[in-house]
Amino acid sequence: MDALDLARWQFGIITVYHFIFVPITIGLSALVAGLQTAWVRTGKPEYLRATKFWGKLFLINFAMGVVTGIVQEFQFGMNWSAYSRFVGDIFGAPLAIEGLLAFFLESTFLGLWIFGWDRLPKRVHLATIWLASIGTMLSAYFILAANSWMQHPVGYRLNTQTGRAELTDFPAVLTNSTALVTFAHTVTACFLTAGAFMLTVSAWHLRRGNQDEVFRPGLRLAAWVVLIAGVGVFVSGDVQARVMTEQQPMKMAAAEALYDTAKPASFSVFTIGSLNGREEFASVRIPSLLSLMATGSPSGEVEGINDLQAAYEQRYGKGDYVPYVPVTYWSFRLMIGFGALAMLIAAIGLWTTRRGRTPKWRLLWWAAGATVAMPLLANSFGWIFTEMGRQPWSVFGVLRTGDSDSPTVGAGTVATSLIVLTVLYGVLAVVELGLLIRYARAGAPEPPAGDDEESADRPLAFAY
Amino acid sequence: MELTTVWFGLIAVLWAGYFLLEGFDFGVGILLPVLGRDERERRVLINTIGPVWDGNEVWLLVAGGATFAAFPEWYATLFSGFYLPLLIILVALILRGVAFEYRGKVDSDTWRRRWDACIIVGSLLPALLWGVAFGNIVRGVRLDSRHEYVGSFFDLLNPYALLGGLTTLALFTLHGAVFLALKTDGRIRRHAGDLAMRLGVAAVVVAGAFLLWTQLTRGDAGGWTLSAAAAVALVGAVAAAYRRREGWAFLGTAATIVLATAALFVTLFPKVMPSTIDEAFSLTTTNAASTPYTLKIMTWVAVVFTPIVLGYQAWTYWVFRRRLTVEHIPPVQPLPRDAVSTVT
Repeated sequence: MDALDLARWQFGIITVYHFIFVPITIGLSALVAGLQTAWVRTGKPEYLRATKFWGKLFLINFAMGVVTGIVQEFQFGMNWSAYSRFVGDIFGAPLAIEGLLAFFLESTFLGLWIFGWDRLPKRVHLATIWLASIGTMLSAYFILAANSWMQHPVGYRLNTQTGRAELTDFPAVLTNSTALVTFAHTVTACFLTAGAFMLTVSAWHLRRGNQDEVFRPGLRLAAWVVLIAGVGVFVSGDVQARVMTEQQPMKMAAAEALYDTAKPASFSVFTIGSLNGREEFASVRIPSLLSLMATGSPSGEVEGINDLQAAYEQRYGKGDYVPYVPVTYWSFRLMIGFGALAMLIAAIGLWTTRRGRTPKWRLLWWAAGATVAMPLLANSFGWIFTEMGRQPWSVFGVLRTGDSDSPTVGAGTVATSLIVLTVLYGVLAVVELGLLIRYARAGAPEPPAGDDEESADRPLAFAY
Repeated sequence: MELTTVWFGLIAVLWAGYFLLEGFDFGVGILLPVLGRDERERRVLINTIGPVWDGNEVWLLVAGGATFAAFPEWYATLFSGFYLPLLIILVALILRGVAFEYRGKVDSDTWRRRWDACIIVGSLLPALLWGVAFGNIVRGVRLDSRHEYVGSFFDLLNPYALLGGLTTLALFTLHGAVFLALKTDGRIRRHAGDLAMRLGVAAVVVAGAFLLWTQLTRGDAGGWTLSAAAAVALVGAVAAAYRRREGWAFLGTAATIVLATAALFVTLFPKVMPSTIDEAFSLTTTNAASTPYTLKIMTWVAVVFTPIVLGYQAWTYWVFRRRLTVEHIPPVQPLPRDAVSTVT
């Protein structure tokens, strides 16, 4: 493997890993804020206990999101310096704004929220978690605007003298159709993920009859969140597919391993055949579905890989413009499949727990335990699909991945950081998961036994 | 003033802000084994920075992001050139950040000892390496005609840059001791005050030598003035620490860090990364910068949002202004896990 391959592996590994924690942070911060709002408005102790319980799990997760996020910002310069030089004029701005608007908001107000339980008036304290939550959303928006520019570059021109891309229209970058629809798709997916996380933990307690007053409403809230967010994921994903077909038709063709242009085009649920899908032994197909996804019409024409390859060679010169089809084909299906499965379990969960019922069905409890993993897998496959499907480009139609890496950083150096970070991330994953399980099992705190008196010398309500 | 100059100034402000704020976080981390005699004292130390360390660290992310946006060539050269030191800093910051959040989560001495080690090493290495990095930036590195770094990792470990590393290490440790004297009470406050005096002497020697070396080799009027001001602030801080004027001592170390950072940036200007191969290969505020349009947008964003950020970060310090003592530290709460398992 050369430095470029290693840098790509590193980008994939640390980005997918980072995005385990991000969606839980984004979704759960809003859910915790909602629970705390319910407590402030109703005064019911169950809401406070739920806030503290989910808040604690949220913080264990948040720490990982923060520290792995630093690597994200550094690695563009470390491994992708040619890319950074080329796009910095455009790509750097949303990144810097993300820091100034979002990271400061998140981290400062989360600090206030964690340590401010007994230092701030109730409503001010409530505002801190909402502000932190808004910070996470802003962060998502700006980083997705940056990524969307790579998928569909807008508002720029190429300066032939410097050989760099230059920003000409910043509002166009922020209102990029790709960014808007990707934001909707990602944020709904974040809520689906956080809902699934809550569902698994709540189900664990409900099955054992622990703290029914906290975890029954918890489970039902979680299941509703999964269902509603799931509908949002599918609707936004549907719009996104059409936007993508228009902007990156090759990615859509690679999602189906569609080699020859078809009208109408069917969608294969799965295929048994050669790895790249050129030869097919058997497949389960839904007629016209790909046409519907890609064009909005069941009889629409979907361009195939071969035609697109020929067209791209004409436009961009000789080369291979086909992404690695086995990955795009399967990651696309797994993304949809795991998302849908989480929704199905949530729907069954809602039905079987209606009006205080508790199901006895062991398979269902087992499925509820696995629910948390499903959106995490769906998210990962979604990112793998959209990033791998853009290849061989790092900026679609403008800059190739092969021209993006750092020219003076050798394979040994990249390998060192790849190994160091992967091992470190692996160890931290074990520690984090252990802590999450430990604190999830411990259950919600018992209701407080009477009011603490106000005094400057009493112990802190929370301390590290 | 040209926007490239404005942004050079803003990047300097962001780094100065980062060193000023995370400087004392690093100092507290480094002094954890020195001033924290037992578990409760160590928890006092960590909790003095508990609510703020994460917000302080964002200054680094914004400094990095702003460099990317305003001077992409600088960002690209710096981050790819200083690859391994940055990797070490990354690992250190990861371990340290997780350690703050996780060390109190399991009631076990081994668990806490391991995370304490992460806090100490995770604070010490960046405190040293940021100085090494800035020493190299000011001194210049081997940049070729494409502005790519062609030196090796060991080229970065030259005596001047290492002295720069010792300078940030000494200043941040002192800053941390002074901060702790200001933010705690009782035994820790006394010991932090004692330590500040001894650390102060070391910092005066090391930082003085570094600033003098910098100005003697590449100084100009601005650099000399700021270095002199930093030296006065540092001596003032040590004097204030001696007289137990904790607020003034903190103001003094804060001013030292800001002025010393400013001195380095003024000395560097108008270059952002000098080349030691050929003067003409150097990166400057002009040839490393983004287009005027990007800089204009970024300027508006900075003008509108920086005061807001400064406002709420200042408010955080106000909310948590009280001195901490061991009495404030709640006992370790055992998990209600046993209660749960009897139910199941």
